Amino acid sequence: MTGWLTSRLLQSLAVLLVMSVAVHGLMALMPGDPIDLMIASDPHLNAADAIRLKALYGLDKPWGERYLAWAGQVMRGELGYSRLFAKPVLQIMGPAIANSLTLMGTALILSLLAALPLGILASRHQGGWADHLVNAISFASVSLPTFWLGLMLMVLFSVKLGWLPAGGMQSLTGDGGGVLDSLRHMALPVATLAIAGIGQYARHTRAAMLNEAAQDYIRTAKAKGCTPRRLVWRHQFRNALLPLVTLLGLEFGNLFSGALITETVFGWPGMGKLIADSVMGNDFNLALTALMLATAMTLLGSVLADLTMARLDPRIKYR
Amino acid sequence: MRRLVALLFGLLLVLTASLPARAKDDLVIGITQFPSTLHPNLDSMMAKTYVLAMTTRPLTAFNAKWQLVCMLCERLPSFDNGQAKREKTPDGKPGVALTFTLRPDLFWGDGVPVTTQDVLFTWEMGKHPQSGVANGEMYRRILAIDVQDDKTFTLHLDRLTFDYNVMNGLTPIPAHLERAAFLADPAQYRVRNGYDQKPAQPGLYNGPYVITQVVAGSHLVLEPNRFWKGSQPAFKRLVVRSVENTAALEAQLLSGGIDMIAGELGLPLEQALALEKRADPRFRIVTKSGLVFEHVDVNLDSPILSDRTLRQALMYGLDRQSMNRQLFDGRQPVADSSVNPLDGIYAADVPKYSYDPAKAAKMLDDAGWKMAGGLRRNAQGQALTLELMTTAGNRSRELVSQVIQAQWRKLGIDVRLKAEAPRVFFAETVTKRRFAHLALYAWISAPESVPRTTLHSTQIPTEANAWAGQNNPGYANPVMDTLLDNIETELDVPERRQLWRQLQHLYATDLPALPLFFRADSYVLPRQLEGLEPTGHQDPSTLWVENWRWRP
Repeated sequence: MTGWLTSRLLQSLAVLLVMSVAVHGLMALMPGDPIDLMIASDPHLNAADAIRLKALYGLDKPWGERYLAWAGQVMRGELGYSRLFAKPVLQIMGPAIANSLTLMGTALILSLLAALPLGILASRHQGGWADHLVNAISFASVSLPTFWLGLMLMVLFSVKLGWLPAGGMQSLTGDGGGVLDSLRHMALPVATLAIAGIGQYARHTRAAMLNEAAQDYIRTAKAKGCTPRRLVWRHQFRNALLPLVTLLGLEFGNLFSGALITETVFGWPGMGKLIADSVMGNDFNLALTALMLATAMTLLGSVLADLTMARLDPRIKYR
Repeated sequence: MRRLVALLFGLLLVLTASLPARAKDDLVIGITQFPSTLHPNLDSMMAKTYVLAMTTRPLTAFNAKWQLVCMLCERLPSFDNGQAKREKTPDGKPGVALTFTLRPDLFWGDGVPVTTQDVLFTWEMGKHPQSGVANGEMYRRILAIDVQDDKTFTLHLDRLTFDYNVMNGLTPIPAHLERAAFLADPAQYRVRNGYDQKPAQPGLYNGPYVITQVVAGSHLVLEPNRFWKGSQPAFKRLVVRSVENTAALEAQLLSGGIDMIAGELGLPLEQALALEKRADPRFRIVTKSGLVFEHVDVNLDSPILSDRTLRQALMYGLDRQSMNRQLFDGRQPVADSSVNPLDGIYAADVPKYSYDPAKAAKMLDDAGWKMAGGLRRNAQGQALTLELMTTAGNRSRELVSQVIQAQWRKLGIDVRLKAEAPRVFFAETVTKRRFAHLALYAWISAPESVPRTTLHSTQIPTEANAWAGQNNPGYANPVMDTLLDNIETELDVPERRQLWRQLQHLYATDLPALPLFFRADSYVLPRQLEGLEPTGHQDPSTLWVENWRWRP
């Protein structure tokens, strides 16, 4: 196990290194730099200003030199300042990570709470009305664009019914600001993401359950007089969890990279919006740190999934 | 399972209970951008200008009537009142000395008076090469500052221009809070200044409001400055909430999440017009056309478009009045040149291009582009094909491009449309003159703003000048250069007006850019709100936020 873990760690470090070069390189290749944008928007900025500012921001140096300077800084444990927000990178990312984790974590839990029973229900009534209904719900969930869904929920629950706030994380006036107020503000973005996630988990659960239903051990359990309830939950579902765990492991990184569209629609200041803004604004320190974190979390999620699978399935051994 | 469903249902009931009541002395303003920095002198961004105008005042500003007024000073310096005096610069050129006296009742939010030391520090910081100030032009223009006392100082400027007393960009910052951070490391000041590190310090602000809370990417909270001695602001709490998506912004307005949408950074006109048609009794829509000049830049290096007759024919082939009526409900006045009819220097007799397709067709014929097989072709058989580029995602511009394409197609001109992401379009295509023929976008300016950077031949962006300058068409006309030079230095108003008239005539004749409209900003305001006056130029309506109040 130690050897396997060391090997995975080294692989992960190599992936992170390649990712950092790729992301830094791609950002450097993007047309225009921040000073070009300033020139375009400020008629009084002259050539001397442009040259001075490019030197000040280090944009006058070749790409390789800039990458090595960034990598050296990270090796010393300094993530630097965000160019866009003029603050230390961690100070900006901290609240955004917490916001994204809250939003996406809650949505993921709700998605699973709805999708797992639906998937199991569909698998138990394969070809029946319940299966067709779950399939319809799943396809609708997967097909609905989150942008449209979010706006429709907003129009219905905020504009028409006036039940829930249309955006933000808390009421900005009156007696807003408590736990209940925060939950109210979470309701619509969480519902949007949860609804969008139900389809894929329900489909995967259904497929995994049907796959297990055809296994010999299920037939044996039935022959031994196992109750249907025990059969499903004790035997079939436990084994069907394996592919779902792999899927959830890969989802782990997404919790840290946010949901750009939903965050934009609901004015939720999370990681998705922050990453998009930092990439578009050539904020190398912020963008690279955020993307490296998301990559690292995806890799970690994959390792955790492997470990969980070994725990769930005694046949799996890592060496 | 049943318990879970019951729990979820109960939670839903609790969450959908009535929303918190809105306090009468609060106002929540929706805008579409969040300010990335709050330092008044670093970087330029409309969201920052909009928010800071409520908290931090410049020395002078243009008001809603487009007149220059004092914001921090007692009286505008002029030659008539003796506060402006001609002088020679050290290298013998004509310069000017301006004496300003700060208002005696000005205080930072921590009770410290605003003094000449703040002005002096702001200038020292601004002209420092490592301070990170984007536009150093204004600070370079000031050769020296003589401090006379705590409130009075004299600026020595390196040139004498007609707008010598316009100091809209000089926004003092508090020396007592910021000097130490700047002197400690000027090169790091851009990221270690108080505005970005501790923006809720009241001492950073001298306007009617101070910033008390900043939630990055979400909102800012402003509360009255206890030491503000001017007209007292009516709202105990202002919240500026950023919602980038305009459909979501509108939904927040309709659901009561925000009270108003700023015109400076709010809904596009067509969305505001749709909202107006719904006739919601809670809101009124105010549109203000101003100094955002929508135009089509012409690449004059293109062999086709270097012919002035062809450019004029293109103008006669455009029905801009109809576009204004159909697309913008008549709210965006057609432009004759880059000068707005509301500007005092507008010349009413400027050549105008009313829609005349017959005349356009004849001019194209005369220019050697004859109709053949539904398209115009020259003697070599080359089809008259033009590429029109604009910013992707800007619905209004995309619509205008399509109408232009259709109208010119009737003349036999093949127009290919190309939309690019704003970042690519502005930072590469336009600034580096990489558009083949035509580029549709806008300029924003101030009243009587001399278009030197867009029309002077020295302002053509090239690699040699680091792509600075905004003369993107590549227009070079010695007559225009002379006019621009003379306007800047002509102090006599009637004489200058005459020069402006010549400039507008030359612009409308040469057509380095095809003028389209003056864009209208749409303010969505609560019916009870009064005192907000849209300005239509770079200085936002929030500079007079202390006049906003609920109608009794």
